[in-house]
Amino acid sequence: MLSKRIIICLDVREGKTTKGVKFKGNIDIGDPVAMAGEYYRQGVDELVFYDITASSDKRDIIIDVVEEVAKNIFIPFSVGGGIRCLDDMHRVLDAGAEKISINTAAVQNPDLIYSGARTFGSQCIVLGMDVKKVNKTPAMPSGYEIYVNGGRTPVGIDAVEWAKKALDLGAGEICLNSIDADGTNAGYDLVLTSLISRAVSIPVIASGGAGTPEHLKDVFRTSDAGAALIASMVHYGHYTVAQIKKCLSKEGIPVREFI
Amino acid sequence: MTRAAYSHETAETRMVSIIDYGAGNLTSVARALRHIGVTCRITDQHKEILSSERVIFPGVGAAGKAMEVIRRKNLDGVIHEVIAQKKPFLGICLGAQVILGRSEEDNTACLNIIPGTARRFPDRGIKVPHMGWSDMSVVRSHPLLKGVNGRAQFYFIHSYYPAPEQKEDIIATTDYGGAFACIIGRDNVVATQFHLEKSGRHGLKILKNFCDWDGRV
Repeated sequence: MLSKRIIICLDVREGKTTKGVKFKGNIDIGDPVAMAGEYYRQGVDELVFYDITASSDKRDIIIDVVEEVAKNIFIPFSVGGGIRCLDDMHRVLDAGAEKISINTAAVQNPDLIYSGARTFGSQCIVLGMDVKKVNKTPAMPSGYEIYVNGGRTPVGIDAVEWAKKALDLGAGEICLNSIDADGTNAGYDLVLTSLISRAVSIPVIASGGAGTPEHLKDVFRTSDAGAALIASMVHYGHYTVAQIKKCLSKEGIPVREFI
Repeated sequence: MTRAAYSHETAETRMVSIIDYGAGNLTSVARALRHIGVTCRITDQHKEILSSERVIFPGVGAAGKAMEVIRRKNLDGVIHEVIAQKKPFLGICLGAQVILGRSEEDNTACLNIIPGTARRFPDRGIKVPHMGWSDMSVVRSHPLLKGVNGRAQFYFIHSYYPAPEQKEDIIATTDYGGAFACIIGRDNVVATQFHLEKSGRHGLKILKNFCDWDGRV
């Protein structure tokens, strides 16, 4: 049986892990390589590193982080943030990542999904979607709109339409982030996650808002999401991966036992 | 013979070759081997492959492209020769598919080391690719699985799965919309659909077992 995955997200800025609320006010909380090692030992199923480094000249730091992580951690991990072309993808994969998450660049140039999938395989290409609830209109029938540039810029594309298009272009997975829920610890956007995970045949990762194991239970119960992304609930030591998995397992949700 | 030369020769014959056919994920396998203390090289050189103690055939990507590169580099003959030498041979992921007779992916004729077909998961009812951690049911014991916890889960990421013609070639199965073969093997050849190098300590354990295996079952 396929387990539901718990994925920890590490936002990396200039080599340090940070965490913000609703995409703003990031504070540094630790060394991403050490944190990745700790979560691996706790039994996390997968890791994601988002490079949110502001200045482009410091971009190479993420490659060093990826290389260090890859040496000691034998579970899959993805890298996202600022990846704009096949060359960027190549460098991140060469450094040891399994998957690449593309977001803004995919909206600006949807062909990047296609060419990335053709070159490295669909399993490598994760479409990151930053989504905000808006009024339902004929142009935005789902009531959810795609935003880019770290959640700052609306692009007038309906979230469901974009998910389906990404599937057709060859994306292997969708990481669905609710801007409204991000960093609130109030739970995932269940309506949005259900909507997108049922609209596409590829796996969907629920993201944004997780504060307690209950929130993960809720999203797995109410949607077809294959994975849930968490950050602050573990970064601040409120829960360990084992505690979260134990809670889900008790509720009958299949998780990977760490044995 | 000097001691240095002797140890060099020992290193050469102990060496694990990872076959380079332009597929992704080769360095992850090399890193995992280094972590468990095994010397390895990623190579497409026929002589190096034929002189190594054992061979790993990993990879992610598409079957059609993979077979094209394998033929262009004349690696198909080398792979068959290394297997005829009775050297331990391990396929991983795409490597577990292209050792079959053919693949439904790009309708590709493959290496036909184990008769069978790599089939696509049906698009109805389940998400494709099969992505994530699943457990397995062991069909027959194998040196590769020595000491591996029966409840262990492994990391899968694939849209096609191995379907050997003969039941005897199935070592373990996994359930995803029905049972499929997740470990196959015959004589000195064994292959896992899941990623040993990304399956935490249980994956590393199987990789270690492979490196200790003499190729006999």
